[in-house]
Amino acid sequence: MKTRRTSLLAGLLALVATPVAWANDLQLNMTQGSTDMSQHVYGLHMLVFYICVVIGVLVFGTMFVSIFRHRKSRGVTPAKFHDNVKVEIAWTVIPFLILVAMAVPATITLFEMDDTDDSDLTVVVTGSQWRWHYSYLDHDVEFQSILATQNEQIYGRLPKTENYLSEVDRPLVIPTDTKVRFLITSEDVIHSWWVPEFAIKKDANPGYINEVWTRVNEPGIYRGVCAELCGQGHAFMPIVVIAKEPAEFQEWINAEEERLAAERAEEERLLSMNMSMDQLMETGRNIYLAQCAACHQPNGQGIPGVFPRLAGEGVSVGDRTQHIDIVVNGVSGTAMQSFQNSLSMSEIAAVITYERNAWGNDTGDAVQPADIHNFIQGNQ
Amino acid sequence: MSTVVADAHDAHDEHHDHKPTGIKRWIFTTNHKDIGTLYLWFSFIMFLLGGSFALMIRMELFQPGMQVIDPHFFNQMTTMHGVIMVFGAVMPAFTGLANWMVPLMIGAPDMALPRMNNWSFWILPVAFLIMLSSMFVPGGGPAFGWTFYAPLSTTYSADSTALFVFAMHIMGMSSIMGAINVIVTIMNMRAPGMTYMKMPLFVWTWFITAFLLIAVMPVLAGVVTMVLTDKFFGTSFFAAAGGGDPVLFQHLFWFFGHPEVYIMILPSFGIVSAIIPAFARKPLFGYASMVYATASIAGLSFLVWAHHMFTTGMPTVASLMFMYMTMLIAVPTGVKVFNWVSTMWRGAMTFETPMLFAIAFVILFTIGGLSGIMLAITPVDYQYHDTYFVVAHFHYVLVSGAVFSIMAAAYYWLPKWSGVMYDEGLAKLHFWCSLISVNILFFPMHFVGLAGMPRRYPDYALQFADINAIVSVGGFLFGFSQLIFLAVVLKCAMKKGEKAPAKPWEGAEGLEWTVPSPAPYHTFDTPPEVK
Repeated sequence: MKTRRTSLLAGLLALVATPVAWANDLQLNMTQGSTDMSQHVYGLHMLVFYICVVIGVLVFGTMFVSIFRHRKSRGVTPAKFHDNVKVEIAWTVIPFLILVAMAVPATITLFEMDDTDDSDLTVVVTGSQWRWHYSYLDHDVEFQSILATQNEQIYGRLPKTENYLSEVDRPLVIPTDTKVRFLITSEDVIHSWWVPEFAIKKDANPGYINEVWTRVNEPGIYRGVCAELCGQGHAFMPIVVIAKEPAEFQEWINAEEERLAAERAEEERLLSMNMSMDQLMETGRNIYLAQCAACHQPNGQGIPGVFPRLAGEGVSVGDRTQHIDIVVNGVSGTAMQSFQNSLSMSEIAAVITYERNAWGNDTGDAVQPADIHNFIQGNQ
Repeated sequence: MSTVVADAHDAHDEHHDHKPTGIKRWIFTTNHKDIGTLYLWFSFIMFLLGGSFALMIRMELFQPGMQVIDPHFFNQMTTMHGVIMVFGAVMPAFTGLANWMVPLMIGAPDMALPRMNNWSFWILPVAFLIMLSSMFVPGGGPAFGWTFYAPLSTTYSADSTALFVFAMHIMGMSSIMGAINVIVTIMNMRAPGMTYMKMPLFVWTWFITAFLLIAVMPVLAGVVTMVLTDKFFGTSFFAAAGGGDPVLFQHLFWFFGHPEVYIMILPSFGIVSAIIPAFARKPLFGYASMVYATASIAGLSFLVWAHHMFTTGMPTVASLMFMYMTMLIAVPTGVKVFNWVSTMWRGAMTFETPMLFAIAFVILFTIGGLSGIMLAITPVDYQYHDTYFVVAHFHYVLVSGAVFSIMAAAYYWLPKWSGVMYDEGLAKLHFWCSLISVNILFFPMHFVGLAGMPRRYPDYALQFADINAIVSVGGFLFGFSQLIFLAVVLKCAMKKGEKAPAKPWEGAEGLEWTVPSPAPYHTFDTPPEVK
């Protein structure tokens, strides 16, 4: 008997404990973040939350007492009152005062947040469908940051790994203990750059620039997402920011400057020589999958009525110069953006070659970096 | 043949209940009760359709990964769900209630403009056929959210945007005509002695709502037209390259959109203000302050639109002004909630289904209102904006708010409409299923939103998986619970049930209860005297 009772008790405990343990792993509240500002925001959030809870308990409590006590089945006679000026003034004025009490700290925090003066480092953040581009204003460093989760994971052909949809190929790197200013803009539709740990969410408006800033206290990896609906790839353009100690950051940015300079030198070298077809096709395939497949689809089929098909029709099997023109300059008034600044000439040459020869297009054309160079020169 | 005879007969007929039969009755009707019924059925069909779109969304979000639909179709579902629920389900339901009840409540024989009334209903199904057909054209339907932000809806949208714009125009016309009708009816057709400050609150709230509609629907028409010309005729209202500004779109849209939010909730206030006194058997507390509070909410609703846009990069001072104005709305809204609670206080309550829905409305709407105060705080809104916290907030005020009040109204007035009492057992089952499932559906959304899940995502990171699974289960439970409501209403429509007396609710007040149940085809041909 006793054992049965104990096992029953243990079972009940387990029943209660499982959801509790589960809830401990589960994030149910806003992050406190890793900056002073995000702590302020969290504090404000909790303050307003508790005030709301108190109001809720009072209002609903009164209501439940009434529902319990003032029911016809208990044989009560209804009262007749329907006005009370004093009470009505009280419940107009008191909420107003509570609101003022919330508005004061909110106002102070907002002024601090909007003060982007005296920053030590500026990064231009440019959103486009569906990737972020980062450019350090004070350094010769810029790069794109693209989702690193494979399609196979998204479509269930591979198991999903820990950072599913929150990993990118090249994270943004910033120094800790430094006021970093972000200039946020977009190339196409509106995106929104959100890193919860910094309490920063700012829209990237095409043609306009928004400013925000942060000062990260702890080195670490911080993850964010695009928060404004920007088309079908909206869920697939995450943000990863790595905060490094200032000295480490300096090392990183120097190395990055060198690496990019070497890349440009290589680019120069490639201009004067021809890449082999295999080399072009392989680079082209990678670029295509990362940059083009989201719209034109991995198999080049496009989406009828929205994104043109490349396999077996259109410019990919048509005029070569026109094809180069579209990739280099984009098509104004459509979602096709210009890739002149985001891809190198060899990459553009490779992806065009790939498009002209993949999926049975088989034009046999090999477009070389020099062709792109000549096209751009001729353009200007 | 028989119709001809009937029509000939009609010319000399004194009998009030005479009407054409069959489909013609519904197509050519100018009777406010018929049109009200049409609106209500249309709204319910749209509610089920919009709901099934929501279930598509919840099905895809049940697990991380893309399983059922592709992201482009997912975006069409979120867009269509929003458009259909706002313009197809909630607004027509209120217009249907206004058609049925406003003339009965003010002692008028019909709406003031009956032919326009017919027209304003019958263009609605046309608008929605156009809207839904847009999903079948090449490139798919609108996939830019019901807020259709430019330039996603202009340069970057499919060609079906033209259909979207056209359908929006027609819906707007329908709403404007409906609103004009309500205003003209209330101003001109009140029974002798029915002064403004004697009007039931449902009439008052609709009167104010109608002015909101007339003020903002043209703004919507303007903004969709700009979308149309930006996309097809080379203008640049919302494109920086041509001197425009994408943020201008949001200002225009939300100048319509925020009053629109109140258009969808003010009539609810009126409904609940009728039901709570009826079942508490006690007069409404603070009638006058209810009227003033409604008017102040309506006034303030024009000054808060940019709280939807805190992250667009407004000047600090502008953000502050919109934050203060938004917080201020809590004051008149609070007054209303306190008034309802005081009406219940020391009453003699019974808990028939209309009262259950009304009480659930007060509690759940208040929860939505409180999260609204949290959202008003600009610096914190940066963390909430465009997350599931917002989705939770507006579903609390729109589903467990507006939709619950519509259901309360349906149960409250069904005996008057159909002449039979609804099945109280089934109705209570519907209530409890809806109440529990609506909270399983929307309450956990607060958590997943605070934890950082953005809205309008077809796929999400793994830490959000558990809550999304719970939410999806709640969604399906809530969706299928509504079939119980359908069963209850069908039973009434087929006159299966106890015969309803003229006034089925002991504590109910108002002229609508002075006419028999079901309300005759023509009522108040001779105006009643109101003392």
